[in-house]
Amino acid sequence: MEIILAILTGVLYTAGVYMLLRRSILKFIIGIIFLSNATNLLVFLAAGIVQGSPAFVDGKAADSSLIADPLPQALVLTAIVIGLGIIVFTLALKYKYFQLTGTDDLDQVKQTDKP
Amino acid sequence: MAAILLLLLIIAFSNFIIPRGANRFRGIILAVFQLVAFVFFYQKLAVTNAGEVITESYRWIPELGLNLQFQLDGVSIIFALLVTGIGVLVFLYAQAYMKPYGHLQRFFFFLFLFSFAMLGLVLSANMIQLFIFWELTSFLSFFLITYFNEKEEARAAAFRSLFITAFGGLSLLAGILLIGNIAGSYVISDWVASAAAIKAHSHYLPGLLLILLGVFTKSAQFPFHFWLPGAMQAPTPVSSYLHSATMVKAGVFLLMRLSPVMGNTPEWNYIISLVGVTTMLIGGYFALTQRDLKGVLAYTTISALGILVLMLGIDTKLSVKSAIVFLLVHAFYKATLFMVAGFIDKKTGTRDLTKLGGLARQMPVTMVITMLALLSMAGLPPMLGFIGKELIYEAKVQLPGIASIILVVGVLANAFMVAVSVFLGYKLFFGKQGDLPKKPDEKGVLYLLGPAVLVLLSLIYGLFPGIINRMVEVALQVVVPKALDIHLKLWHGFNQVLLLSVFTVLIGSALAFFVIKKPKLLGKWSNLNSSVFSFSFTKAFSNMISGFVGFSERNTARIQHGSHRYYILTIFVVTSLMLWYQLYDTRGWTLATNITLQPFYISILVAISIAAAVFTMFSKSRLSSIIAMGVVGYGLSLIFLYYSAVDLAITQILAETLILVMFVLILQKLPVFAKLSSRATKIRDMIIALSFGGVMTTLALKAINVEFNHPISDFFLENSYTKAYGENVVNVILVDFRALDTMGEVTVLTIAALGVFVLLKTRSKKI
Repeated sequence: MEIILAILTGVLYTAGVYMLLRRSILKFIIGIIFLSNATNLLVFLAAGIVQGSPAFVDGKAADSSLIADPLPQALVLTAIVIGLGIIVFTLALKYKYFQLTGTDDLDQVKQTDKP
Repeated sequence: MAAILLLLLIIAFSNFIIPRGANRFRGIILAVFQLVAFVFFYQKLAVTNAGEVITESYRWIPELGLNLQFQLDGVSIIFALLVTGIGVLVFLYAQAYMKPYGHLQRFFFFLFLFSFAMLGLVLSANMIQLFIFWELTSFLSFFLITYFNEKEEARAAAFRSLFITAFGGLSLLAGILLIGNIAGSYVISDWVASAAAIKAHSHYLPGLLLILLGVFTKSAQFPFHFWLPGAMQAPTPVSSYLHSATMVKAGVFLLMRLSPVMGNTPEWNYIISLVGVTTMLIGGYFALTQRDLKGVLAYTTISALGILVLMLGIDTKLSVKSAIVFLLVHAFYKATLFMVAGFIDKKTGTRDLTKLGGLARQMPVTMVITMLALLSMAGLPPMLGFIGKELIYEAKVQLPGIASIILVVGVLANAFMVAVSVFLGYKLFFGKQGDLPKKPDEKGVLYLLGPAVLVLLSLIYGLFPGIINRMVEVALQVVVPKALDIHLKLWHGFNQVLLLSVFTVLIGSALAFFVIKKPKLLGKWSNLNSSVFSFSFTKAFSNMISGFVGFSERNTARIQHGSHRYYILTIFVVTSLMLWYQLYDTRGWTLATNITLQPFYISILVAISIAAAVFTMFSKSRLSSIIAMGVVGYGLSLIFLYYSAVDLAITQILAETLILVMFVLILQKLPVFAKLSSRATKIRDMIIALSFGGVMTTLALKAINVEFNHPISDFFLENSYTKAYGENVVNVILVDFRALDTMGEVTVLTIAALGVFVLLKTRSKKI
């Protein structure tokens, strides 16, 4: 199963990079989302996946090799939330930018000051 | 010694304490302190004349073998007396000269600090310390040249001089380090002690070349001479002090210091004599065709510096002696001539030689002073200049074989000096007077005090050379140990040297006659010069600088092109190439996991996600691509859920939902996808994306096989329930073990939310 998930990671990266290289700003944002999803999946995958035994403890001694590793999960969780913040902010920025300039073309973005 | 230096430094800075109201005697106050220093060194003259060397040493960085070390011997006392003595006169002169200009505090600060730096340079017994003072004089020269900083020409000239001298200074430092490495010390006396080892070392030649580069740039030797005429943009006190009497002699001083260390080798003799002789000839030749009074003086200074360098390059006892005498000669007459030139400039309002003339009646005292100084420059009796020139000729006459060509060039260069002297003397005071901007008079004692004193000294020493005989002799012994003594005399009797002098005067006078009587021919000559010698060093220099700036600009524009997409493209191409290389480099791992499609429903989920991702890439509709993107996100959350990451699944679902809501919110305000990229671009981007995706897949596959050691996770698992009373370990990590991280995360989200709010709520005009 890991192999298929690895392929999914690769596909998400491919999609992310491809979208990142588009001139449309909207596609660019979608590219960011794919990249962040792909990276989350990569970290999750690299830590080793365990089926059906989440990291819950009840005080009794348990074999830690059998239950899911909680640390990468915590890291990925943080990454998801931060990714959400970035994307929502970027979208708002994009909205404002389009309102002001009326273009969706990244190649038109040539100066920081107002034209 | 150090006390005097410290005093000068403090006085330089306390210049800012002296109120502006005291500007009327600021220069006089400073001159008094110069006089104090002069008297100090004058008293020490008796000690050094007895052949003793006064040294002082203070701890500086003993760990690096660096100490503040000062040394007063025969050579440095001559320079110290020149710096402080001419300093006194220059400050008095500057008091009168600078009166109409502003920023006097600044000007006098730089000028006084210069005297400190120059004194420090000649007193240094340590090469690193000498280098620091050396650079300080270069910087101060820059600030003084650019005193009239509203003039573009002054700024350009100041930049040229700084660039060249600072470049030379760095090269000097490199040379010092090379030679210091051989000697194992930076103290000059240690260098002298290990002179034989230094000369035999393979680093001798590179070290010598680097040091000579510093010497030649500082002392305006060909081909670096062109900064000196440009430096004439400085106020005349500066030209007189820095650019004729002291700073440009720093290179000569260094040659004297290093002569016992590195001198008397074929490399030393050939390189230095060749450069010196070229500079001497070029300076004399171009001096005659200058139209600007200060320009003439600048080129004769270059010629004189050439003579000094040449004499030290010949490196015989006689030639070094003649260099020491000529150093005094030149300092006396050239400082005089510069001060007089500034005076004439002030009184007539011009420095143009085609206009100046017939000043004999209006400025008689000036005439007498100038005539005496010019006699010295021409090398005629009874001035000290005569003795200097005779010695130089004597040294040259002794040269064997092919080197005797130096004598021929020397006679020619001296003939130019004679011609310039006769020409200046005639033109300024008896020639036809043109339209002068001002009616000249001769008021101002301060202007003439300095020139008068210097020219008198020149005359007295010329008549009674015995006074300075001992001083020169001691200096000679420092440069050339165990030198034979040759007494200075005004009259040597009839001999070959005197014949040469007569010959020189005849050629010079003929040249001057030609220049004075045929001004048209002179004009043609000057035009011929500019067409034959069309290679202008100044232009070449500015072309070099602008060429370098242009080169940098073009390359910066190429690398920092400003196109966002190409930056991203570069990053991903480079990253994937590096990753592919790294994977190739660490190949040899095998895929441990068997390929299974079990459980089946997860395989289908992955397949759907892949399909949705691919669909997003190529969809032409905004809405469908966003929905497809959502499918991928939800798909991921299901995968998280299946593989024991419930918290991740919940978070992913919430985040994905929020993103979708946000997209839909602004979607109607956004344009449809336009077809912006060409087919070729898309294929190129696809190749890059596939390369990157491929390497990440391989990386993921490899990562699966890596067995992690997880002590941190074990700690969390063990302590989550017992210490933090939480069953869900991921939650406990977030809100307990790593609570500060979470707080930071919340802050980020808050800021993002505020940003979104501001962006969406504020109204602004469409542009």
